[in-house]
Amino acid sequence: MFDVHEMEVNFGPQHPSTHGVLRVILKVDGERIIDAKPIIGYLHRGTEKLFEHMAYPQCVPHTDRMDYVASATNNLGFVEAVEKILGVTKMIPRRAQILRVMLSELQRISSHLLWLATHAIDIGAMTPFFYCFREREQVLDFFEAYCGARLTLNCMRIGGMPEDTPPGWLDDIEAFCAKFEGAVDEYESLLTNNRIWKKRTVGIGVLSPEDAIDWGITGPPLRGSGIEWDLRRAQPYEVYPELAFDIPIGKNGDTYDRYLVRMAEMRQSNRILKQCIPLIKQTPAGDLKAKISKVVRPPEGEVYHSIEAPKGELGYYIVSDGKTQNAYRCHVRPPSFVNLQALPALAKGHLVSDLVALIGTIDIVLGEVDR
Amino acid sequence: MSEQPPPPPAKTADDIKRDPLVAAAVARSNGAIVDAKEFAGEITLFADRDRIVEVCRAFKDDGFVYLVDLAGVDYSKFPNHTGPRFSVAYMLYSFQKNARVRLRVWTGDKEPVPSVTSVWKTANWHERETFDMLGIEFTGHPNLERILMWEGFNGHPLRKDFPIRGIDTGARIYPEVFPEGGGPKAGSTGKPANDVNVYKGEWKKYGTWPLAQIGGGTKPAATPAPKPVPKPVAPVVEEGE
Repeated sequence: MFDVHEMEVNFGPQHPSTHGVLRVILKVDGERIIDAKPIIGYLHRGTEKLFEHMAYPQCVPHTDRMDYVASATNNLGFVEAVEKILGVTKMIPRRAQILRVMLSELQRISSHLLWLATHAIDIGAMTPFFYCFREREQVLDFFEAYCGARLTLNCMRIGGMPEDTPPGWLDDIEAFCAKFEGAVDEYESLLTNNRIWKKRTVGIGVLSPEDAIDWGITGPPLRGSGIEWDLRRAQPYEVYPELAFDIPIGKNGDTYDRYLVRMAEMRQSNRILKQCIPLIKQTPAGDLKAKISKVVRPPEGEVYHSIEAPKGELGYYIVSDGKTQNAYRCHVRPPSFVNLQALPALAKGHLVSDLVALIGTIDIVLGEVDR
Repeated sequence: MSEQPPPPPAKTADDIKRDPLVAAAVARSNGAIVDAKEFAGEITLFADRDRIVEVCRAFKDDGFVYLVDLAGVDYSKFPNHTGPRFSVAYMLYSFQKNARVRLRVWTGDKEPVPSVTSVWKTANWHERETFDMLGIEFTGHPNLERILMWEGFNGHPLRKDFPIRGIDTGARIYPEVFPEGGGPKAGSTGKPANDVNVYKGEWKKYGTWPLAQIGGGTKPAATPAPKPVPKPVAPVVEEGE
């Protein structure tokens, strides 16, 4: 009947919906995507090469810049990996551990709020953008009160934390947590039962559990496909063993399920924060750093340590040569890089506007993809 | 002085191979695992490079269904290292056992490693990145091209002999380098960026920029020393006015 007129279209690096500098070369037949080829590397800054030339404590601010939306978890992953190689994981003071968990969960809330804002606005819903940023501003104020920075926090140190909580910080977070549940209800009231939202997201980008494991997907996309796996539960770190939280999972593995998973994760992060506040109030103020030498010179060996970042499993593979103060090799396993690999498989057969929804639902940050 | 119990005898490679976590997979690999190490609670098994696909399938069948990460390391500057230059590490995870294991293969310069994309689809981009950054080739990979650097880039950045400051990539905006109507030259000269330095006089000075002193142009005539400004003399106020 009609010929297939294949056209190659560039979904270029400069595009408001690509969440950074992502280029996707699309082969389309009309609006339907036949193939999509992501091209990355526009934000490659040579972070891994730099890690080899800097002392371990100097590397911590560089880890912020990788996933710049969720920098506390980047810091946490690196700092925990170095502590694992040093063997001091058990020596971190309890107050520092609870503070690390609090900052990670606040960061998770902030990252998911940004995700919801940009995902919704890419699909066309503009109101969640303003609502989410209203709450996100409050979270960024907490970060600013703690470490002085809103985005690239550099808030963790090898062996502990740099500072104790500022006065009034815990009460402010408690007030925020009390109101946040209502805010998430507000976002859900806009989108969850919205016919247009459902038409744009249900059945888009279905990822089966077997495919998800084969593609190496982690984080909310994996949980959206029905696999109940969260590193905070499977291989807990810091004080997560003592905290009670659920792991939300989806049923169908489509964009709508991933959306529901992330909304539920925001609520669970809120729950974790509410449990942390009395815990930290009970621990007496004291040392926040383990007694390790300032000169960090780990023994020879290699270690792979990963944590549950908001985007997925963030891992650091550090090879130490035992002689210098620099890492011999520090390879980062970014969740966005691995999750983005599945984009061509998810996008086949969908429309170009669904590609925008898919890039948003995988939740990539190009700083992490390219390092 | 506190009495400390004597440290447990160091495990030999065979002990680690018999560890219940990996024993079944090692047995299935039929002797392709040549060495084993344990550090910080993690087991690393060294496999024979040419049989790595078989070993990976054995591990995948044993429950290590998840390839978490694939990383290359350049050992050329490692102290006291005698052996092949590169090592490729495969981080595996098993959901049932909730445990991780690491497989490593040694390979040299220009010696390709069989690709494991047939075992796990996620190895695709990881192997491309290892090829891009270190130059390790993977045979059997569907499209082994550069992923983080642009195509036409010469060099492999994470090798230890690649300068941290970068190399000259021919991307300068001077007319000698780029022909009329053309863009940046693909590829690079490969010289370290320090050596091709505009300010060391290697580039011609440009007539269109008369005031610019790029590349050792003629210095301007020395400005004469400024005439001393006469000190202001207070006006003489006559008495009695």
